[in-house]
Amino acid sequence: MSTTESFASEATGSPTTPIVHLEDVGKSYGNIHALRGVSLSVRQGEITCVLGDNGAGKSTLIKIIAGLHDYTSGTMSVNGEERHFSSPRESLDSGIATVYQDLALAPLMSVWRNFFLGNELTKGPFRVLDSARMKRIAHEELTKMGISIPNLEQPVGKLSGGQRQCVAIARAIHFGAKVLILDEPTAALGVNQSGVVLKYIVKARDAGIGVVFITHNPHHAYLVGNHFVILKLGRVALDTHRSDITLEQLTTEMAGGSELEALSHELRGFDPELVVAPQNKQD
Amino acid sequence: MASTIATPADADDRVSARSVGARLLSRPEIGSLVGAAVILVFFLVTAEPFRDINNAGTILYQASLIGVMAVPVSLLMIGGEFDLSAGVAVTTGGLTAGIFAYQFSVNVWVGMAVALVLALAIGLFNGWLLMRTGLPSFLVTLGTFFILQGLNVAVTRLTSGAVASNSISDMDGFGSARALFASEFKLGGLTIKIIVVWWIVFVAIAAWVLLRTKIGNWIFAVGGDAASARAVGVPVKKVKIGLFMTVGFFAWFTGMQLLFVQNGVVQSGEGVGKEFLYIIAAVVGGCLLTGGYGSVVGGAVGALIFGMVQLGVVYAGWNPDWFKAFLGAMLLLATIVNLVVKNKADAR
Repeated sequence: MSTTESFASEATGSPTTPIVHLEDVGKSYGNIHALRGVSLSVRQGEITCVLGDNGAGKSTLIKIIAGLHDYTSGTMSVNGEERHFSSPRESLDSGIATVYQDLALAPLMSVWRNFFLGNELTKGPFRVLDSARMKRIAHEELTKMGISIPNLEQPVGKLSGGQRQCVAIARAIHFGAKVLILDEPTAALGVNQSGVVLKYIVKARDAGIGVVFITHNPHHAYLVGNHFVILKLGRVALDTHRSDITLEQLTTEMAGGSELEALSHELRGFDPELVVAPQNKQD
Repeated sequence: MASTIATPADADDRVSARSVGARLLSRPEIGSLVGAAVILVFFLVTAEPFRDINNAGTILYQASLIGVMAVPVSLLMIGGEFDLSAGVAVTTGGLTAGIFAYQFSVNVWVGMAVALVLALAIGLFNGWLLMRTGLPSFLVTLGTFFILQGLNVAVTRLTSGAVASNSISDMDGFGSARALFASEFKLGGLTIKIIVVWWIVFVAIAAWVLLRTKIGNWIFAVGGDAASARAVGVPVKKVKIGLFMTVGFFAWFTGMQLLFVQNGVVQSGEGVGKEFLYIIAAVVGGCLLTGGYGSVVGGAVGALIFGMVQLGVVYAGWNPDWFKAFLGAMLLLATIVNLVVKNKADAR
């Protein structure tokens, strides 16, 4: 766990003023309250982990910050100014970049075209795409982050999950994101690929970016996080700094804490020892 | 734990550089080019008049009648939508210009301007309704298809008392408009219709826009994954509505050609079924029905195949009844060839 230790020491750096600050934010769809009274601060050079089970409101929370949904109560301020985003474009223009679970990459388009999608570079009076420059920059940015994709003309759909994730993150960083929201970036990845993405997240933080890391894996969160927020049924169940919690506590809290205890009580009655004996024992 | 995380090497040796051949094969229009070559050779061998260079002009003309509309239909299909009203919208364009100019006794150009506004409005309506309701474009444009088909016949009968619009051939501005849309000129021994020139110009512009501009990049993106495109800031609604309006503009253009080539008369029942020919040209040209992939040049080659087959059957002295069956077989074959070529190219 040497990596964890080094991350931990770095994590004690001075927290600056929040770039994005949510105060008592709520979102309801008709009579359904998807999110209630959520407060959250994203600071420069800090990784805020948002944990929660399926349906806990993680997606709703990031959709509010990313400008896909508006919130219905509370306040959200960006750089000290209260904001209501009406489109993802507004959020992007405020320096908030979101990397979604589905990555927002068009699978049939080439890597470089995806990298610059929505921010294309043009040249000349006819505003022709400057493909040579875009390819060069995409290559540089990806290499800088330690990802090698030899053929940038390759459609993104042909890349591995980790590579795609990194392309999406590299893109967000390149376009001057001050806040990076990552929606379950490691959920569909193997151990190695997850490691690459986690290292990448730390690089983003070291570059002075405020990272919101959404996950349901407390181990991944604890490897890189400075601050932990656990959502449960649309409310904040836990909000703590790294120094105030251990991985074990985080895992327990995440797994349901007291609810898990109750569950283990219930399940005890089923007698887990009562299993069918293996039929062909080799040893 | 750190030891399990391998540092990615500077160069990944699992991927070798692709050969020129493989890169060529991965172009969307390659299947249609091969198909066009095969059909060209086939008819050169079997149909004697096909070898006459003078007939090349006729073949190109036949191809351009589908080809002009195949340009926006290909773009729209790459953008992930399709338009069943494109065929009758052409007739609507021609009829509107003719009827308006005749009824109000105004210059033909005024009627054409009114028709252009209407054609763009139809595109806007299609696109807007699609974006507003989230219904599949199949349903929305099927509705527009029937509305326009009915209106074409009904309004024509209401104004002229017949199934065709009144001729505007003796009205002011007819000559100049005709020169623009339906004239022809000699090039060597070849008679070239002006619409063939327009077709080539349109294909060149559209191919350039698609591959070399921001808008083109956005068209691929909204067709490939509209939600993703929106998330990175691509104005998905504007792009899709713009594509439908582009179809509207080209429907107007083709409608004008129809009006002026027939001496200022348009048959109100015309255009039904043409929308499928445009779609066939686009699909044969390598456009993916689900969007996000394809080419304008491919659509043009698709239209060229259409023209060659249609006239090739006649030149070979076969009964033209066979043409449609041939066309259907062509469509299936082209789709399969595209699929195989694409898989092969991807595997390299």
